Amino acid sequence: MLKIESITKIFGGLKALQGVSFSIAAGEITGIIGPNGAGKTTLFNIVTGIYDPTSGKVYYGGKDITGFAPEKLARLGMVRTFQGIELFGQMTVLENVMVGLHTKSQSGIIVSALKLPGHLREERHIRERAISWLEFAGIAELAHMKAANLPFGKGRLLEIARAMAIEPQIILLDEPAAGLNSRETSDLAMLIKRIKDSGITVALVEHDMELVMGICSHIVVLNLGHKLAEGTPRQIQEDEKVIMAYLGEG
Amino acid sequence: MELFEQLLQYILSGLSTGAIYSLIGLGFAIIYNSTSIINFAQGEFVMLGGMLTLFFHITLGLSLPLSIILAIVVTTAVGALFERLAISPLKDAEPIILVIITIGGSILIRGVAMLLWGKDTHALPMFSGNEPIILMGAVMMPQNLWIFGITLIIITANRLFFHHSINGKAMRACSFNRIASRLVGIDVKRMMLFSFVISAAMGAAAGIIIAPLTMTSYDVGVMLGLKGFCAAIIGGMSGGMGTVAGGLIVGVLESLGAGLISSGYKDAIAFIILLVILLIRPQGLFGKGEAERV
Amino acid sequence: MKFLEGSMKQELMKIFVFAVAVFTVPVFFKGGYIMNVLVFVGIYTILAVALNLLLGLAGQISLGQAAFFGLGAYISGVLTATHAANPWLAMVIAVIAVGIIAFVIGFPILKLKGHYLAMATLGMGIIVYIIFNETIDITGGPSGLPGIPNLSICGIIFNSDMKNYYLVWSFAIVTILLSINLSASRIGRALRAIHDSEVAARILGVNVRLLKAQIFTISGIFSALAGSLYAHTVQFISPASFGFNVSIELLTMVIIGGLGSIYGSFLGAAILTLLPELFRTFQDYDIVVYGIVLIVMTMFMPGGLVRGIPLLARSLLAKVKSGPPTERRV
Repeated sequence: MLKIESITKIFGGLKALQGVSFSIAAGEITGIIGPNGAGKTTLFNIVTGIYDPTSGKVYYGGKDITGFAPEKLARLGMVRTFQGIELFGQMTVLENVMVGLHTKSQSGIIVSALKLPGHLREERHIRERAISWLEFAGIAELAHMKAANLPFGKGRLLEIARAMAIEPQIILLDEPAAGLNSRETSDLAMLIKRIKDSGITVALVEHDMELVMGICSHIVVLNLGHKLAEGTPRQIQEDEKVIMAYLGEG
Repeated sequence: MELFEQLLQYILSGLSTGAIYSLIGLGFAIIYNSTSIINFAQGEFVMLGGMLTLFFHITLGLSLPLSIILAIVVTTAVGALFERLAISPLKDAEPIILVIITIGGSILIRGVAMLLWGKDTHALPMFSGNEPIILMGAVMMPQNLWIFGITLIIITANRLFFHHSINGKAMRACSFNRIASRLVGIDVKRMMLFSFVISAAMGAAAGIIIAPLTMTSYDVGVMLGLKGFCAAIIGGMSGGMGTVAGGLIVGVLESLGAGLISSGYKDAIAFIILLVILLIRPQGLFGKGEAERV
Repeated sequence: MKFLEGSMKQELMKIFVFAVAVFTVPVFFKGGYIMNVLVFVGIYTILAVALNLLLGLAGQISLGQAAFFGLGAYISGVLTATHAANPWLAMVIAVIAVGIIAFVIGFPILKLKGHYLAMATLGMGIIVYIIFNETIDITGGPSGLPGIPNLSICGIIFNSDMKNYYLVWSFAIVTILLSINLSASRIGRALRAIHDSEVAARILGVNVRLLKAQIFTISGIFSALAGSLYAHTVQFISPASFGFNVSIELLTMVIIGGLGSIYGSFLGAAILTLLPELFRTFQDYDIVVYGIVLIVMTMFMPGGLVRGIPLLARSLLAKVKSGPPTERRV
């Protein structure tokens, strides 16, 4: 579903990524791991349109989407979450998810300003959908809390619920388990599995090995901007190069 | 020959005001590099330099050199006070908050100046007389030479400080990475204060050396500040030679435009340059681009 | 669902009460100088609300609002005073023209953020101000443009403070209503999202560039409307009324009232227009006061009076209820 072809990214003097290529299969959970500085988040940023690659291409469903803006990718069914969660802090939990439904609604400025009946109907619909996404993520009881006041773990779940609201075909999670305790991490794992079971492709960048080995069916290992290895969790665990990369950096 | 002399006149006069814009631009860059704040009140430091000198010299009757020194000292104190009271407590706030606070500061300083000294424009006496100097057919005042000379000294001192002294290098470190600077023991809060102190002093100096030529009043700060900001933007906020070049460019283009096209639109020229640069190349002609970090 | 209709009913009630209050105020003053001031409160309310949509809602700072105010005034003024056009037609032309200008400028300029946007809008405002001063053949330059006719409907000419009060405030109330609706809608949410995290809004598919330009345009349109009304009520305009200190005043009004609070903008406009009138002798102090207000409000009451006063009241009340402090337990 997602094909990354020979992506290279150079920032000034720093070669963040060099000729990285791999594919992400539809309907599966793919993990991208690697020591710090391997280029994982940079790769995500390139795929999701926040950076342009220095060279290389990204294909989504067979279509070349290299350099497409994030807004455009959202309408093509791609969404992501951020390492340091980017919530709309001043809005409530419910309103955050309602923004996620922006692309699923149409009322423009004039219709909204005049509060025409079509707009009211749509608002009601958006609100209902948003609540059901909160229920999906298990945080419906926090609906009217200001997002900035959420405990960290709940904030992560909110970000995922919000991302799900655009009804994506693929969701890219950037270190979703960072900062979560083990109870929260296993709740997260179940949520991710529920997402995959509903037919959505998941890609995640992670450091938490237990989580990755536990839910991913395919893993890509990056190190210092290169792809080091690729395979099933079993294969990766037994791959010598991977072991060296992790042990050798201690 | 007539045209050549005219052009030379415009260019020389443009370089003169351009030097002032460079100094003001450096002031913006120094504060920005230490604090990531654009100090809207920078222009008011320039105004205070000229107005205070006037006050000390004409109203209190002190000698010109003493008045100049006092003016710089007082302006520096104002800058330090502003930083301590209004900036430091809010340094981690959203950019909008800081923009509004520095706007508030600039209005406040301007308002107080108006209450103290009224709305009239005043002329500061020239530093060394009114005899014009003729250079290749163009007319210069001795004051222009003062401007070039003093600007050169300030720029050199600036460069020496920031590149060859511990404090200066520490301030530059703060601009690159505040947390890392704190970890290596740099007192970031003091560096922020220093940056305001240096910029206020430079601004005041700029205001003093230009005052004899262009008259001064309580509201000269707005325009001068904006034009200095333009210089800083052209230089990519680097605070180096790019900013100096930026100031000179703005000054010369403004002078040529006023002389050759229309004098009424003179002020608009600098702002048009500002808008063009901000819209087309916000990192400046001499700055490096910055990748957006998520 | 009940919740939605409930809050909408609440909003409608609020604006209805507000409108009734506004329309009955003149009864208490029966003409007199205060009516003249209240007309200006109306005009500045429209301007402050326009800025609040941009700054409070979308988080985009603009220090050049006076430019759109002035353009609306001058287009209306020139078309009616110099070319004897129908004032209502002139107003429509002014509003549409400024809307187009705002969109064309807004699209590129809103790529900038924070300080840079502030400077760019300031520069834009000053350039427009200089144009007003220099195009003497059209605008009359610094000496101004006199002879602008009043507006009229069906033979009723709006030529007194009383009549202008109702004219201006009718527009002001409509502006407030439209802005409140916009704020509580899908568009309003998208704008607040842009304010909180532009990158997150983008990845959710919000067309940030377009939306920013659109709200800038709406803000410009309302400001031009205020300008047109100003021209027809005062019948004389000069560049001095559209300088950058007006943009600063508007900023102060919005800050006082509270960023994002539409009624707050009315409060800010009212306070900053009425107070100088009440303290005529202190007129020269106004710049100093603005400066202090901006700094103090931003530092200590960032939500403006609309949120700050209830908050203050609540905390005072809590202190009163709890009585003297009890012994601390270790």
